[in-house]
Amino acid sequence: MMNKKHTYKMRTKTLFLMSFLMISFFVISSCETDETQTVATFTELIMADEFDTDGAPNSTIWGYDIGTGENGWGNNELQYYTDRTENVTVQNGVLIITAKQEEFEQSSYTSARLLTKGKFEQTYGRFEARIRLPYGQGIWPAFWLLGDDSNGTEVWPQIGEIDIMEYLGNEPSKIFGTVHGPGYSGGESISKPYVLENDRFDTGFHIFGIEWAPDYINYYVDNVLYNQITPDDVPGEWVFNRGPFYIILNVAVGGQLPGSPNAETVFPQTMLIDYVRVYSRSN
Amino acid sequence: MKNIKFTYTKIICLLAFIFTIAVSCERELSDEAVFATFPTTAEVFIDAPVGMGTNFYFPYNGSKATAWSVDNEVSYEGTASMRFDVPNANDPEGNYAGAIFRIDGEGSGRDLSGFDALTFWAKASQAVTIGEVGFGEDFGQNKHVATRTNIDLTTNWVKYIIPIPDPSKLIQERGMLRYSAGGIGQVGSEVGYTFWIDEVKFEKLGTIAQPQPEILSGQNVEQQSFNGSEIDLAASGLTQTFNVNGSNITVNTTPAYFSFSSSTPSIASVNEKGLVTVLNQGTTVITAVLAGVAAKGSLKITSSGDLPDSPTPTRQEANVKSIYSDTYTAETGSNFNPGFGGSTTQTTEATSNGNNVQIYANNNFTGIIFNNTVDASALTHLHVDIYTQQSDTSVEIQIRDIGGNGEIETNIFNGAPDGDDKDFRFTVSGLTQGVWTSFDIPLGGDIATQKNNLGALILAGGPNFILDNIYFYTE
Repeated sequence: MMNKKHTYKMRTKTLFLMSFLMISFFVISSCETDETQTVATFTELIMADEFDTDGAPNSTIWGYDIGTGENGWGNNELQYYTDRTENVTVQNGVLIITAKQEEFEQSSYTSARLLTKGKFEQTYGRFEARIRLPYGQGIWPAFWLLGDDSNGTEVWPQIGEIDIMEYLGNEPSKIFGTVHGPGYSGGESISKPYVLENDRFDTGFHIFGIEWAPDYINYYVDNVLYNQITPDDVPGEWVFNRGPFYIILNVAVGGQLPGSPNAETVFPQTMLIDYVRVYSRSN
Repeated sequence: MKNIKFTYTKIICLLAFIFTIAVSCERELSDEAVFATFPTTAEVFIDAPVGMGTNFYFPYNGSKATAWSVDNEVSYEGTASMRFDVPNANDPEGNYAGAIFRIDGEGSGRDLSGFDALTFWAKASQAVTIGEVGFGEDFGQNKHVATRTNIDLTTNWVKYIIPIPDPSKLIQERGMLRYSAGGIGQVGSEVGYTFWIDEVKFEKLGTIAQPQPEILSGQNVEQQSFNGSEIDLAASGLTQTFNVNGSNITVNTTPAYFSFSSSTPSIASVNEKGLVTVLNQGTTVITAVLAGVAAKGSLKITSSGDLPDSPTPTRQEANVKSIYSDTYTAETGSNFNPGFGGSTTQTTEATSNGNNVQIYANNNFTGIIFNNTVDASALTHLHVDIYTQQSDTSVEIQIRDIGGNGEIETNIFNGAPDGDDKDFRFTVSGLTQGVWTSFDIPLGGDIATQKNNLGALILAGGPNFILDNIYFYTE
């Protein structure tokens, strides 16, 4: 308001100059914001899917888990994962994963789970996605990494799991960042929540990321670094220095952690992913 | 001298010019600011009423006017709270507590468009469910009322949230708070209690999202109708529901929060109050939007044109005691919308060729409650004309004598008359679609010998029919 009032009283030339100065100021301050974002020091872009091509997701990056897994992917989840357009598609610059309530292959819900296993795997780096989350009791979306299983010779939790973002639809202002490994998996995993003040994750896009290097994983949401996990924080073997991990994006319905949907849960529910980017530390 | 003076004048001119520019700038800003002429004060009650003026507490008719006070002993925060003493049912000053808190002064009000909820902390002397708390009622147009119902209070302080259905509508609001609470226990012998409310204020919480407005309880209702009939959408309930911190909160709203539309306005129009008027033969669908979100629920109206004229009664007025007819003077006024609990019935009066009829839609049970009892000791029959568009229409008419005590007494388990009440039940069926059928029902059964205090006609089933010329008579 103050600035506006001042410029009104100035002559045109001054106004232009001021505008220019203000624009410069803006540009400078944006740069500063980036630089103060210590969570994002890895800047060499290795892989990015901006989801700019409508239709099925890029098959050179993304594959699918199909079906219900064993015991609902180990968690008694209620959905049947498909790769149908109804459950996963790219439109208007975003990847859309849709959880639907429908009878399908003896399940009452369908959804999708995309993974880069065998297509894109990397050790260390900055893994980041810009996401608008769904909402409602029983809705359980996640953006996470699993360690390569060396052709099935190693099993979870030995392979390691890094949950960059996990969220329960009945708590729309809170996400979790978690690691699972031997001796600290499932209920004993090492986890920290991040809560938005006076805002929610289902009404706008937010950036969820980690910066992962030897002996530490930094967790951030937007421009807030909210946790660091190091070998000192885990009660078992640190399994995150041992090889490449791949990316998973999914929306689960029901299961042990979130509980089942209730009468207030609205279907369909959609998770919108604006981009997924992976960086390496630049030398 | 002269030169100097001249220069001086020029400077004045320049100053005047600058001043003019500056002033025009200011004026422009003022013009822009016209929308925000009302204060954006958030607080309603903290330790005392905030910005309410002097004369702000207006109790509802029949409520105990002294139920509200400021309690300097009890508070959630600060030094005081609002105390509400809900009276016993037999309190001569009123059998419930209820009022509005309205900012004093005609033309006053607040701009609440920057908030998303009214919040407060509350507790009660015992765990209790209070009927209504809301805002937006001003005893004027009551345009933007929003109310949360059946709020469970405990004996501990808990924060309660009443979402604003559409904050952009509240640019000048006087009704800061409204409440209504009755005692606990059996109807007629409720016992009072006390509850406290503190830190009442409007807030921008940011956690109120995912609006799910509804009309007609979210149902897609189909209704047969006729030219001239009117359907009040507000009467069947308008709600806004938000997801607040993960679970739903619903508020009842007034029509002004919605904008209504008809897919074919020439068939039926709908106004800003949600009143639908059927105009021509054909089909149209009424829908609504609240703050850009399509409301769940719709009303599909099919008008079969003008309603055929009902038969004109020919009996002599001297032999008739009429309840509803354009031919006879009514013996008593009646309530056609008694609002029985659990009733799904919509009753509307329509005018066709200058003749009034009562249209019943989706009837499970309702009644026509006489304002004064009718003495039919000298009469023998009830006449009724009925019309339906649908096959298999079947309506049970229960003629109720309510006895000397003047009260309708019904067994809540089986619906039978209780106390000194008697009734006679007659099922109207086998109707031909699209024409009026006349019935003459004898005043028989239990009311053959007790028909001097007829008080109501109970109508069960149907579900869709039209009634006219309802009267008792003798030949």
